[in-house]
Amino acid sequence: MTGTDLLTISGLTKAYPGVVANDDVSFSIKPGEVHALLGENGAGKSTLVKMIYGLVKPDSGTMQLHGQPFAPTEPRAARAAGVAMVFQHFSLFEALDVAENIALGMENPPPMRMLAKEILEVSETYGLPLDPYRLVGDLSAGERQRVEIIRCLLQNPRLFIMDEPTSVLTPQEVGILFDTLEQLKEEGTSILYISHKLEEIRTLCDSATILRLGKKVATCNPREETARAMAEMMVGTTLHQPERTPHATSDVALELKSLSIPSANPFGTSLKDVTLNVHRGEIVGIGGVAGNGQDELTAALSGEMPTAPRDIVFSGLPIGDLGPNARRRLGVLAAPEERLGHAAAPDMSLTENALLTGAIREKLSARGFLNWGATEAFANMIIADFDVRTPGPDNAARSLSGGNLQKFVIGREILQRPEVLVVNQPTWGVDAAAAADIRQALLDLASAGAAIIVISQDLDELMEIADRFAALNEGRLTKAVPAQGLTVDEIGLMMGGAHDMHEAQLHEDASGETAL
Amino acid sequence: MDLSAINPILLVASLMVAATPILLAAVGELVAEKAGVLNLGVEGMMITGAICGFAIAVETGSPVMGFLAAAIGGALLSLIFGVLTQYLLSNQVATGLALTLFGLGFSSLIGQGYIGIKPPSTEKLDIPLLSDIPVLGPILFNHDLMVYVALALVAAVWAVLKFTRTGLILRAVGENHDAAHALGYKVVRVRLLAIMFGGGCAGLGGAYLSLIRVPQWTEGMTAGAGWIALAIVVFGSWRAGRVLLGAYLFGGVTVLQLNLQAAGMAIPVEYLSMSPYLITIAVLVIMSADKSRAALSAPACLGRVFHASS
Repeated sequence: MTGTDLLTISGLTKAYPGVVANDDVSFSIKPGEVHALLGENGAGKSTLVKMIYGLVKPDSGTMQLHGQPFAPTEPRAARAAGVAMVFQHFSLFEALDVAENIALGMENPPPMRMLAKEILEVSETYGLPLDPYRLVGDLSAGERQRVEIIRCLLQNPRLFIMDEPTSVLTPQEVGILFDTLEQLKEEGTSILYISHKLEEIRTLCDSATILRLGKKVATCNPREETARAMAEMMVGTTLHQPERTPHATSDVALELKSLSIPSANPFGTSLKDVTLNVHRGEIVGIGGVAGNGQDELTAALSGEMPTAPRDIVFSGLPIGDLGPNARRRLGVLAAPEERLGHAAAPDMSLTENALLTGAIREKLSARGFLNWGATEAFANMIIADFDVRTPGPDNAARSLSGGNLQKFVIGREILQRPEVLVVNQPTWGVDAAAAADIRQALLDLASAGAAIIVISQDLDELMEIADRFAALNEGRLTKAVPAQGLTVDEIGLMMGGAHDMHEAQLHEDASGETAL
Repeated sequence: MDLSAINPILLVASLMVAATPILLAAVGELVAEKAGVLNLGVEGMMITGAICGFAIAVETGSPVMGFLAAAIGGALLSLIFGVLTQYLLSNQVATGLALTLFGLGFSSLIGQGYIGIKPPSTEKLDIPLLSDIPVLGPILFNHDLMVYVALALVAAVWAVLKFTRTGLILRAVGENHDAAHALGYKVVRVRLLAIMFGGGCAGLGGAYLSLIRVPQWTEGMTAGAGWIALAIVVFGSWRAGRVLLGAYLFGGVTVLQLNLQAAGMAIPVEYLSMSPYLITIAVLVIMSADKSRAALSAPACLGRVFHASS
């Protein structure tokens, strides 16, 4: 640690009741360096950057910025010291326009008209086109991120923190973002880049600090390490790779015929003319940037949003107008994205949650009375088969960690022997080991003859398990193509390329694109 | 029935007077809801303002002191709501309903000794020259000060929300409290101030009833004015201009039906009495029928509990 470091962190510790989020973490960032902060969900990355940004106060430890003691008590102080942050879940206001959103993130914003001009200037300099007067609610995820980035750039930051910036971007948009970050780096701005996508970090970052369970395990140069080595440092064990067993696919199980439905949410995306066939024994992966109709498609497939009967056909039966329970009776099951509150009732026990979707197919109720004995046995079976770590089925769903609850939710549907299973974001926010287990379970279910639709934003995951791949873009679904042999560029173009960018620039960026 | 007994000039002039209490309460609630707080206690804060204003005006002999006391009384009552919902994280709907019940009971307790008394009268402004203009003079320029204060308040709220940074922060807090917190804004403080502004305005509206419009104290004299103010805010799509329109519409129909009653119209009085409520709601519902636009102007965090846990 020399005096030339921009930010030096030594011995930062932060404990919450029951968990130590950060335990004696130290590292330093040089001027003009892109520094990666790597770790699994729950490794303490977010808590660490929140301390740097003044949102969370450390229990002990010190920070130095430009060699001066640095202990921001609120984000305002951090911003004044030249620290800017782009959040993982955007801190944007949908009903306000771009300029208003940017003004809210500044200490002393100029009058609106001046600000709009500045926004246009900065967006031009860094190749991030943006109209200051559009409502943020109407923007795509990539454009929203540009709003956040420009909001930060207008303050000329010395340290720029980005929390999982690429999870919402198409590969082409990732390319544009990396160009912007390179440009910032050349201007001498340091970047603290948080991610768990290893290839990205190997392309972009100069050094990396790896966290595991709140402790720093290593600092390394990501360009000299393999992705696998870094993954194992992150997880702490060797990773089990899901295996596909080759199997034949047979007749069509589920057909979507020109499905069009308006979204229930004013900022949602309506589905337009979605057509898809899913065969028995096949996994169809549906990619796309969040907010392009994934939620609407899940709702239409699960029966939460009824459609015209013949829009959805299961083994020759029109089921578009059937509700979720009628579909369950037929064997069409779904596991929605939101674990707490949608897939599971947070304050109910695992037994009760098992009953909620399993009552019909597992015959857990008779003449309006519940069979608690059978239900508990069913819950215990899920816990045992899917290795859910919990003291027992009487615990509230809320008390489980994300990965464990996700295993329970997916296991609950798989054990009901579905003929068609729809899962949305099956491994979102789940640690690598649990994610591998869930993917393996889906592969096994498919080889047993079920038709599976996996909707996910994790392209690596889709490439790993899907037989065919299709992408949602503004509510339209592309044709499903065989997943094997698809290149990153092809996938990116299926996802709609870069929103709002010029053709030529898009082409240029796409050709330099390697990270995914 | 004798319709010629209705003087259109007097009708429009008294419309402004009839609308003022609701307008004051509604514009206060508009600010609170824009900050994301759903305070259903408007009725309770109005009636508390009515008795506070009445009592102080009677004791001091000064209507101005009365209005001041009404605003303070309403704001203090709303502060109870603020502490319960913002610090103790209680449910806003239940707390608001309780506030209304509390306000109604509390005001009749204070008001025991004031039944049947006449308050000191508030003078009309009678602006020289302007009030002599035929037709327009008596309609626009011959009112008491509070009518103009209410109008100025609506204009000020509109301008502050639209053009100032304070307004932008207030809207941001109501739109997405987690994001506002992440950017370093004091969500709870902004909301408390908005709640107190709403309480103060509701108190002024109540005092206008007891000191000018009626003017005397009777238990439960707000008679649902607080609820109609709430409805006007929602169906007025959280816009100051539409709130003004809704309040004047309500005032207008109220005055008209009173005149029709006096003129002996052959409709049961009950129907006439309910007409202002029905017509105001119907018109505003039709105006806000475009669902997507209405959803856009609704503060996204309205009624949601905020806790800075992360």
